[in-house]
Amino acid sequence: MSKLKEVIWTPVFKNNPIALQILGICSALAVTTKLETSLVMGGAVIAVIGLSNLFVSIIRNHIPSSIRIIVQMTIIASLVILADQFLKAFLFDVSKGLSVYVGLIITNCIVMGRAEAYAMKNGPLMSFLDGIGNGIGYSIILIAVGFFRELFGSGKLMGYSILPLTSEGGWYQANGMMLLSPSAFFLIGLFIWVLRTFDKSQVEEE
Amino acid sequence: MATNSTFGTLGVAAVLCVVCSVMVSTTAVKLKPMQEQNKSLDIKKNLLISAGLLKNTKATKSEILSAFEKVDVKVVDLGSGSLLEDVNPNKVDLKKEAKDPNFNIIIPGNKDIAKIKTRAKRSKVYFVKADGEVSMIVLPVYGKGLWSTMYGFLALAPDTKTVKGFGFYEHGETPGLGGEIDNPRWKSLWKGKELFGENFEPVITIVKGAVDHSAEGSQSKMDSLSGATITSKGVEALLRYWVSDSGYGHFLEKFRNGEIQI
Repeated sequence: MSKLKEVIWTPVFKNNPIALQILGICSALAVTTKLETSLVMGGAVIAVIGLSNLFVSIIRNHIPSSIRIIVQMTIIASLVILADQFLKAFLFDVSKGLSVYVGLIITNCIVMGRAEAYAMKNGPLMSFLDGIGNGIGYSIILIAVGFFRELFGSGKLMGYSILPLTSEGGWYQANGMMLLSPSAFFLIGLFIWVLRTFDKSQVEEE
Repeated sequence: MATNSTFGTLGVAAVLCVVCSVMVSTTAVKLKPMQEQNKSLDIKKNLLISAGLLKNTKATKSEILSAFEKVDVKVVDLGSGSLLEDVNPNKVDLKKEAKDPNFNIIIPGNKDIAKIKTRAKRSKVYFVKADGEVSMIVLPVYGKGLWSTMYGFLALAPDTKTVKGFGFYEHGETPGLGGEIDNPRWKSLWKGKELFGENFEPVITIVKGAVDHSAEGSQSKMDSLSGATITSKGVEALLRYWVSDSGYGHFLEKFRNGEIQI
């Protein structure tokens, strides 16, 4: 039981794919201007990593080693298309906001990294949980970044006004930089700093 | 069977491809009707919001559809300005036709103030009715801003020159600067602006700073967005383009003369 928990929780803080491995930064910059898109993107990535790990792990003993990367890619790509189709059918507004970035989950190194590093060597259940864990680790950063960017960039959360903007008659002067990609770098940087203050083992040796 | 042999490899690849493609194509086909419905609902919602008929951006499907009942969609031939009554508006995809050589025309460089290069030969117009009379004409318009093509809807009063509402539903302008074309306060300033001069030539101008409302002709002048000169110029250019004779001009003239009956 403790092993299961460990598989899920290690990637969330101890070995976070964005904060420690610095993977998947591209989409973390692109989709985090709003909390809602961050949440949906996180959900889509959790589903894709979890299922791709599961399927890769199920057929891991049948995958010829010479084409294993292509096999993984095919599985991941199919799952990403499914995720995109479902979002377009059920969450149309958010999927418009995410535009190409759902499709670009294919290129997210976390997904293939987990398939190659973990699912090829471990059983289906553990692989599935490892995928979910890494997805949660990715999502947590996305949600944190999305929270601060939407709050300080447009004074809103989930589209509801929290800080009334001066341009709409309130008192809060929106920080335009928060809506541009570089701000996500700063926020991720701060997040890494906080993580490493609490967990010294993540700090590289000089 | 040894999976690492040549046949094993080919076999695994073939099975995997078939399984994946069946999965993907089934989902795509099954979900297509829902996606199409979402798309058309989205256009309706954008139109209603731009025209000021719908305030809530999170309106539900039934709210949108009931608000849209007042709206009559027609296809118009931009060259002659006549309505094409026999064309089903639901079958016309404006974005596609603007790029399709069978349906578009190339706009001559000196006329292409909105910088869109080509436009469809025909377009859609939406008539909003109140008590059996046309109370508003809504026209789809688009043009280049700083980074992106901005797509919007322009709602005109039946005199064809007074703006009733104007808004964009798709653009990629800088958030906080050009992106302020979505600002509700700026959008509300459009109401009551006059696009045409006395002889129905487009005169709408976007000026720097705030418009002096006591000056003559102020009803045809609009505040620009601070820090977004190119976006503001783009908005002015696309409005002038679409209400001129290269855009909806012929149609608007016919409508004014009572040649178009709804």
